[in-house]
Amino acid sequence: MNADRQQTMTAARTIDIESMGRGPKLNMANETVCLQVKDFNLFYGQQQALHNINMSIAKNRVTAFIGPSGCGKSTLLRCFNRMNDLIDSVNIQGEMLLDGKELNTPSVNVADLRRQVGMVFQKPNPFPKSIYENVAYGLRLQGVNDRATLDKVVEKSLKGAALWDEVKDRLHESAMGMSGGQQQRLVIARAIAIEPEVLLLDEPASALDPLSTLKIEELIYELKDKYTIVIVTHNMQQAARVSDYTAFMYMGELIEFGATDELFTNPSKKQTEDYITGRYG
Amino acid sequence: MTNKSFSSWYKSGSPWVWLNAGAVSISLVMVVGLLLLIAVRGLSHFWPADVMELSYQEPGGEAITLIGEAIDTEEVSASRLKSAGVDLPEGQASAERHLLKVGNRDYFGLDFRWVNGPWMGEISYPADIVAIERREWGNFYGYLTRVKQQHEVVADGDNAWQELQTRLIRSNDLVAQAKKIEKKDIGEINHGLEQLRLEQRRLELAGVPEGAIQYQELEQERKQWDVRYSDLQKQLFDLNTALNRDQIMVRMSDGREVEIPLAKVVEVSKPNAMSVWDKLGFYGHAVWKFVSGEPREANTEGGIFPAIFGTVMMVMIMAVLVTPFGVIAAVYLKEYATQGPMIRLIRIAVNNLAGVPSIVYGVFGLGFFVYFIGGNIDELFFSAKLPAPTFGTPGLMWASLTLAILTVPVVIVATEEGLSRIPRAIREGSLALGATKAETLWRTVLPMAAPAMMTGLILAVARAAGEVAPLMMVGVVKLAPALAVDTIAPYLHLDRQFMHLGFHIYDVGFQSPNVEAARPLVYATALLLVLIIIVLNLAAISIRNRLRENFKASES
Repeated sequence: MNADRQQTMTAARTIDIESMGRGPKLNMANETVCLQVKDFNLFYGQQQALHNINMSIAKNRVTAFIGPSGCGKSTLLRCFNRMNDLIDSVNIQGEMLLDGKELNTPSVNVADLRRQVGMVFQKPNPFPKSIYENVAYGLRLQGVNDRATLDKVVEKSLKGAALWDEVKDRLHESAMGMSGGQQQRLVIARAIAIEPEVLLLDEPASALDPLSTLKIEELIYELKDKYTIVIVTHNMQQAARVSDYTAFMYMGELIEFGATDELFTNPSKKQTEDYITGRYG
Repeated sequence: MTNKSFSSWYKSGSPWVWLNAGAVSISLVMVVGLLLLIAVRGLSHFWPADVMELSYQEPGGEAITLIGEAIDTEEVSASRLKSAGVDLPEGQASAERHLLKVGNRDYFGLDFRWVNGPWMGEISYPADIVAIERREWGNFYGYLTRVKQQHEVVADGDNAWQELQTRLIRSNDLVAQAKKIEKKDIGEINHGLEQLRLEQRRLELAGVPEGAIQYQELEQERKQWDVRYSDLQKQLFDLNTALNRDQIMVRMSDGREVEIPLAKVVEVSKPNAMSVWDKLGFYGHAVWKFVSGEPREANTEGGIFPAIFGTVMMVMIMAVLVTPFGVIAAVYLKEYATQGPMIRLIRIAVNNLAGVPSIVYGVFGLGFFVYFIGGNIDELFFSAKLPAPTFGTPGLMWASLTLAILTVPVVIVATEEGLSRIPRAIREGSLALGATKAETLWRTVLPMAAPAMMTGLILAVARAAGEVAPLMMVGVVKLAPALAVDTIAPYLHLDRQFMHLGFHIYDVGFQSPNVEAARPLVYATALLLVLIIIVLNLAAISIRNRLRENFKASES
């Protein structure tokens, strides 16, 4: 009985996802550019990890990076909020612009940049604090300690991450007691609590079960109205389902970039076609 | 067949299981045995054992009567007895020898006596033998005959015991009052007079001419103190007169009747007349007196409260000093320093610091803290008191600091270990929300590493509480005149010397004139030291477990 219901629910959701109509055909020329990468190279010590990347990421759209392991998609993603600063051996060349402003200059405050460009990692990484404190973390960093403000933002963010109904009665319990899928949505709530412009998702569903993955995907679909989303994924169906634009990377190079429908149905490069049809990768 | 089964038994791995389990059980047996030995020897001391009366006749001597507690028995070979002048009957290879605690040291010279089994006559346990715990000269055993007031008999026979009880309560009460005046009130006056002396010295050093108004003010104040002092002096005199009112007459085993002033008596009991329950009550009372009382008679009598207090105080101050220091050093080494050969070298040096013999730290503490830092502090801030040192002498502060240096490597290593166990994902999660490195450290990493810091602290406390050698150089004394905490401002006196359980064990065991009397106290003090370390550790462990609870499942 219960299992039956579960199944119908899953089915209903799947249909829901499938019916996420994409409307008119997308064209990069009509988009507002949020992030722009120009002639971008990155080296780990002597080894070059990114080769001459050029791309634009459209505002309020979902852009997916796909490609085999080690192709540099996560490395590129981590450049957008300068997470690679933490690794000493990294050297970069080229331009990377957020809203037309170079972000890899010493004058940019990294903490401010990361407030604008939020990030969600592959494995859920909630802090060992209460659910409430996890979401309030970013605000407290900015010096917001007013209870009423915090309450409001926590509720709004948890609702935004489709988690409110599940946790509203245990906000002050430890976040470590939640399921993996809930933890990942909590991390998303934590990221959107500080209202970033861009949200970077680094394989956000790869450590989750199918049902939780589905919830995350629904969430991404809802979030794109407010945020520019860049998602790295191994799962091509996922890229096809959630993204508006897709970049296919291979061996540190950007092979093909275009509207998702276009790239998946009619890839212009042989390598792309081989990858998405499962011939390698 | 046998060979095959042996090799298969060997391959099955069970010999290893046996070996490992054997090692564990041997360790366990040794630890439990050690604790048991200390506990039995230490705790039995307080039990009010029956007091025997025995007739004893050495060959060629007259029969005498002995009264005392049986302490120990040993088997002595005939040849040894022969060399001591004792001839055993033919064919008997050995005889028993008993150690009696006969007390009455002021009359007998020695309060312990060996008696040889063959010469012992009749043994009895008369119910009206009294054991008297005295403030001086140890225990007294005998029969209570009379109670006197101003040397006039007020009670004898059966009434004497009843009369004694009420009078003893009075005299103990008076003793407590006198002690309070001596310690607290006169202590305050001495402190006040000392302050005046220092004030005067300060004026002299500042070059204020003689006869200035300031000196006269000081003189006025001194007069007030003097008035208070002579007041107290009179009170004390009255108390002493009242205290010397009563005496008791007791008959010793040799028939002599002697007078004991009641002021010298702490406790009187009739152990032979006590039921087991009475004895249990008396036992609890005796243990409490030991734990809460102050030492008497070169530490071989009375309690050890100052030593307990000193030990705990020193360990706590050490913990307060070592934790921030060690944690800050570890954070720098792990989080901020560029990992390279230099840092590796420093880390090796820190680890080796933990292996330096503790006495070396004592020498360092004496040379650096006491003489150099303490001496300079004295010159800068306490120059009026010189040449009498304030901080330029061993004291609680320097002892705690020395032990903090001794234990800081443990805290550093444990904290570094804890910091390296924080998953990178957590740090990145915090940084991705716009936190700086320092904010990430304060808000996330350090709280998560707190259990590891506590582990370091636990190890540090365990090591510091048992350390004695360095303390002998930087602050521990045999008998401290005052506790480090009292009612005179600034309440916590870090410059004072203190007593320590570990040193107390050494002192009572090896520096005491009365070996037999001191031995049980050595065990009892050792047991207490072990218990205190266990309690300190349990407290720290429970704090750590509570911290861990907060970060439960952070790895999953």
